[in-house]
Amino acid sequence: MKRLVVGPFNRVEGDLEVTLDVVNGNVHAAYVNSPMYRGFEQILKDKHPLDALVYVPRICGICSVAQSAASAQALAHAMGLQSPENGHLSANLTLAAENIADHLSHFYLFFMPDFARDFYKARPWFPDAQARFKSVSGSANSDVLPARAKFMNLMGYLAGKWPHTLSLQPGGSARSIELAEQMRLSILVTEFRSFVERILFGDKLETFASLDSESALLAWLESRKTPADLPRFLTIAYDLELHKLGRATDRFVSYGAYHNGEDNLFSAGLWENNSLQSLDIVEIREDVSHSWMEGDIALSPTAGLTLPQPGKVGAYSWCKSPRLNGRVVETGALARQVVAGHPLVRDLVARHGGNVTARVVARLLEIARVLPEMEKWIRRIRPGEPFCFNSTNLEDASGVGLIEAARGSLGHWLEVRQGKIHNYQIIAPTTWNFSPRDTLGEPGALEQALVGVKIEDNNEGAPVAVQHVVRSFDPCMVCTVH
Amino acid sequence: MKDNLQIEPLNLLWLQSGGCGGCTLSLLNADCSNLFDTLSGFGIRLLWHPSLSEESAQEARRIINDCVTGITRLDILCLEGAILRGPYGSGGFHQTSGGDSMMALIEKLAVVARHTVAVGSCAAFGGVTSAGCNPADACGLQFEGDVQGGLLGSDYRDSSGLPVINIAGCPTHPNWVIETLAALATDLLNPQSLDSFQRPRLYSDHLVHHGCTRNEFYEFKASAHKPSDLGCLMENMGCKGTQAHADCNIRPWNGEGSCVRGGYACIACTEPGFEEPGHPFSETPKLGGIPIGLPIDMPKAWFVVLASLSKSATPKRVKENAVADHQVVTPAAKRSRKI
Repeated sequence: MKRLVVGPFNRVEGDLEVTLDVVNGNVHAAYVNSPMYRGFEQILKDKHPLDALVYVPRICGICSVAQSAASAQALAHAMGLQSPENGHLSANLTLAAENIADHLSHFYLFFMPDFARDFYKARPWFPDAQARFKSVSGSANSDVLPARAKFMNLMGYLAGKWPHTLSLQPGGSARSIELAEQMRLSILVTEFRSFVERILFGDKLETFASLDSESALLAWLESRKTPADLPRFLTIAYDLELHKLGRATDRFVSYGAYHNGEDNLFSAGLWENNSLQSLDIVEIREDVSHSWMEGDIALSPTAGLTLPQPGKVGAYSWCKSPRLNGRVVETGALARQVVAGHPLVRDLVARHGGNVTARVVARLLEIARVLPEMEKWIRRIRPGEPFCFNSTNLEDASGVGLIEAARGSLGHWLEVRQGKIHNYQIIAPTTWNFSPRDTLGEPGALEQALVGVKIEDNNEGAPVAVQHVVRSFDPCMVCTVH
Repeated sequence: MKDNLQIEPLNLLWLQSGGCGGCTLSLLNADCSNLFDTLSGFGIRLLWHPSLSEESAQEARRIINDCVTGITRLDILCLEGAILRGPYGSGGFHQTSGGDSMMALIEKLAVVARHTVAVGSCAAFGGVTSAGCNPADACGLQFEGDVQGGLLGSDYRDSSGLPVINIAGCPTHPNWVIETLAALATDLLNPQSLDSFQRPRLYSDHLVHHGCTRNEFYEFKASAHKPSDLGCLMENMGCKGTQAHADCNIRPWNGEGSCVRGGYACIACTEPGFEEPGHPFSETPKLGGIPIGLPIDMPKAWFVVLASLSKSATPKRVKENAVADHQVVTPAAKRSRKI
């Protein structure tokens, strides 16, 4: 057996190290270490409850709005405060802008550059992939960076700035929108739509979103006449058989995303044994048996504890091990689209289980599904009607905020006593996906997804297949260890 | 100004420690056609960046090590995020894959760097990572809050004679970073270009108040009382725009935004210690009804007199709009003429 330590693992958000036990050229066991601790739960203790809105977005520069939204929702829950319809629309748009920009950044900046590595120089698609996706120098950067920055001008109107806004309030949005701004938002989304249709999809969003099976996806790929980046990815992915890579638990969780009247645009649930089940968040526990954290028993986040215990025997990460009904689950765009019932994603998972290709396809599918919804949300804004309801009533209460960040399910659990934060616990998407082992010794989702991956000899301790699997989860380590 | 075509490229190494990565994400919002081209246009070569470079694991460790050993000349070291000194001064709250703590690695790199740049308030002063009980024992590169020292000590100077350059902000505005790097690349940044907290004066010589779109409400002390009100945020909502050093309303964020334009208070995120204001962020602390924190350069007596005078002269339009989320009274237009 050979032991391989892969770190610093870059092009993920934050710090990551993966230790691999390799037997006969395959990963036999993986250990995922989140090597940095900051301690937001401790920072939030005894703060004024509304001050959480300042601190929590600063957990993460890439899921900043998701953190704000979860906190605003937990506070609203604790205060018994509703939001006016304009407030819901603004919150949807702000979170959608972040999630779509994150999906784009992940694809172009974090994920695709691995196919431009010299390792792949013998593949027929390599010259094209290298010219297009090479980190820093690839031609895609000149297309994507300005288009992304322009799209993020939505945040200037909706949230003041990104990252780290205070516009998202428990009672709605502090930023009212006037007619001129409503039109500006429309123009920005329309421009971005034409950009992604031309550069990324090479087709209308609605056409891609209507693909309902893997065979439909392959037929669509076959029919492409002009180059675009998603078809480029699919060509590479099927050549490298990435659909056979990176299967984890095939238990998928989504908290549900985007307020849409009585229901969510993407519904909440648990997908297990190929069927949809209701999600009972009361069954969440955080195991710390292999984390450098104090505690013996797995606690519910409503009564959670996050106190570091450096040097703890048997521990190997600052990340805890959240479990649902005692089981490991996967979260993210793939989980969200499986739970929400998109036929293409359900078919990809039915055929191959969760995998690298499906995770990337689900992410891009969300761009195709959410942008048209953004156009509708903008049209539904009613300038002149309220954007925010207000309350200052928060002495002794508790609340929960459940949000879907780009990379998966994010939960905030808040308890207020005598007007101060008594306990604040956060379970981030990558805490689920990149958790260490639990008391039963069951590895986390990524640790399972890496088992069996073939390790090539010739790439300096950073096996490229391992990199594809890790990055397919779009990990956010700064959230993970907050 | 140097002709940057004539010189060797400037090697830039970017590292992240106790922070959120938000300054990098903010940098990607920069107002340029291609960030990477803009940097290389100033002769800056990105040796390695944790989010943007190809090299991972051993390849990355070699790049960083070559800077430490001097095999590669390190011209600009950018750190994003605070130094985590805990637990017990070990730096173990952020361990690198090379064996060192990040704290120890940064100390080694700062010795050889021609310029050391703190990107964001965490790297500059400790920032939000040092808030509350400061669980990770976080500090900045050369400051701990407003006290000089930090990791490198108050005497630290880079090999060009500059102290750490603190591009403070939470996050930093992308153009503050690009302009500072461009000024370094063209030898236009000297000790006089930095203020007393070592922030580039190219943005810190302004106050957030300058260019504030709520200025008419400020003039008349027509104040907001709750989130989404259009009025001035200073009197009740905790806004520190008249005290915070930055040009956020002169050159806005993400196109046409800023904190106050987003409907919420300036929390003075470019100032050391902003993370612990001593009061709830969205409430203005007052003494005898007068805000404790007054506009910079303004004696209290003047403020009191001016405030009471302007309040008594507030037009109905300004007074009513201040507590509404849209204009309920619009500026009067002249009557049209009939032929």
